[in-house]
Amino acid sequence: MAPPRSFLWTRRVFLTLLAGFVLLPVYVMISSSLKPLADVTGKFHWIPSELTFQPYIDIWSTVPLARYFVNSLIVASAAAVCSVVIAVFSAYAVSRYDFRGKRVFTVTVLSTQMFPGILFLLPLFLIYVNIGNATGIALFGSRGGLILTYLTFSLPFSIWMLIGYFDSVPRDLDEAALVDGCGPLGALFRVVVPAAIPGIVAVTVYAFMTAWGEVLFASVMTNDTTRTLAVGLQGYSTLYDVYWNQIMAASLVVSVPVVAGFLLLQRYLVAGLTAGAVK
Amino acid sequence: MTSTVELPVNKGESGETAARGPRRRAAGRIRRVGLPYLLLLPALILELLVHLVPMVIGIVMSFKELTQFYIRDWGAAPWAGLDNFRVSVDFDAPVGEALLHSFFVTIAFTLLSVGLCWLIGTTAAICMQDTFRGRGLLRALFLVPYALPVYAAVITWVFMFQHDNGLVNHVLHDQLGLTDKPSFWLIGDNSFIALLVVSVWKGWPFAFLIVMAGLQNIPRELYEAAALDGAGMWQQIRRITLPSLSAVNQVLILVLFLWTFNDFNTPYVLFGKSAPEAADLISVHIYQASFVTWNFGTGSAMSVLLLLFLLLVTGVYLALTSRGRRASRA
Repeated sequence: MAPPRSFLWTRRVFLTLLAGFVLLPVYVMISSSLKPLADVTGKFHWIPSELTFQPYIDIWSTVPLARYFVNSLIVASAAAVCSVVIAVFSAYAVSRYDFRGKRVFTVTVLSTQMFPGILFLLPLFLIYVNIGNATGIALFGSRGGLILTYLTFSLPFSIWMLIGYFDSVPRDLDEAALVDGCGPLGALFRVVVPAAIPGIVAVTVYAFMTAWGEVLFASVMTNDTTRTLAVGLQGYSTLYDVYWNQIMAASLVVSVPVVAGFLLLQRYLVAGLTAGAVK
Repeated sequence: MTSTVELPVNKGESGETAARGPRRRAAGRIRRVGLPYLLLLPALILELLVHLVPMVIGIVMSFKELTQFYIRDWGAAPWAGLDNFRVSVDFDAPVGEALLHSFFVTIAFTLLSVGLCWLIGTTAAICMQDTFRGRGLLRALFLVPYALPVYAAVITWVFMFQHDNGLVNHVLHDQLGLTDKPSFWLIGDNSFIALLVVSVWKGWPFAFLIVMAGLQNIPRELYEAAALDGAGMWQQIRRITLPSLSAVNQVLILVLFLWTFNDFNTPYVLFGKSAPEAADLISVHIYQASFVTWNFGTGSAMSVLLLLFLLLVTGVYLALTSRGRRASRA
């Protein structure tokens, strides 16, 4: 049955307005990144007075953007890979075995996701400072320390999402492998992991994205050399000028990799994200 | 919470020792029993390290007089007993009054933001339930706010909300003439509106995603049967689509609530270290109490109170919804 005309019209109007709302900042970001400084410091114009790629050249020298980029890349990749590798084992245990404490474990993992980061930030900050004073190991301000703090959010959701993906791999597959003489780890790495590869990649990308966009820990736990993009972009506003065109150009540059990755993998990402909520 | 989580580890160890017993079959079975705990071990150690130990320390900190003088050696900070909590909940004194204000702002903001995110997300998902031309493209577009790094997206909104050179004032004042003079959006009372707009822009795609997934689980036969009975499109939405989503909505709304309530990134990028009073969300408030005024003891006490509140809300919510589910089944 075809939907009635009233529905079609409501739908058209609503979706158009919504698309406009979503696109507005994207348009501002792109168009302003192509404007000369005089154009972004004056009144806003929908159409740039003149198109220039200069902001894309200047962003690298106004602040050490390349260094921030590398820092973000290292921290986000390490946090993503660490949490997914560790999550693979525990998600396999939860998905395939019945054991006492299973419910407690899953509830704990789920509940740590609901706590605000600020709750862990204060104690971790003090622990790092004290470890530094006692042993000379600089966790505070180091990339390693930041990676560890990122596990506070990336580990629980990696475990949670991987349980969903592993549950979707038919049990018969790895049971057959066990019968054929594989050990449990053999079954995990030869059967379950290969079958869940799209899910594992998706979880890694998702963990990477979240770490790439993290602001709270990055703003406290980094120093001049380990600063990530989240904090580094603030460098484009100086006492005298705010280089809005460069801020927009830099924002676009740091967004493109994650948005592209997300859109490419969205089908798998969405499956994992929604598994917990829908089932 | 600590003791319950350590339980599996102990189990795993006992499973290991027993595995050295003489009878191989029994040993094999016990090794199978111990195996899950071995697999969990790395995650358990890390959970202990990044969640449980910091949480215990956070609770201890809340009972200490922890100012900047004791940061280098917080163990040496004098005990404060319940003083930090007393200061935090003394609503007649400045610290407690500010915390209470921040709490109410956060509640109002969260309810509005979650409500709007749910409404927009659900409407969009229902609109896109059937296939039409450009649906795939639109769906990808709708995911962009969700995929963009928070600071890049929010900083663009900061630019749009600028007093002199922002798009918002340009449109509202210069082009539509809706305001007498350009408004300030990032200071004063308007900052609440600015925060809400950004939060909804960023948050509704998540609701959209989850509701879309929920819609796929509704059997088509239900709609066909309803159509045969003469139910129109609007009636189908009201009688079939919305009721079928209730289980999905329960989880969705809880998750949205917790995320919005705990959100730090959005207000911090929008306003910086000290948010305007009208948009002083609790996480930024605690951050400011701790890292700007360097009073970690009070900051920790506020964190503990926040944690208790979140546990309470989640507990009540879960009890209400599961009771609701039981009632509807009966």
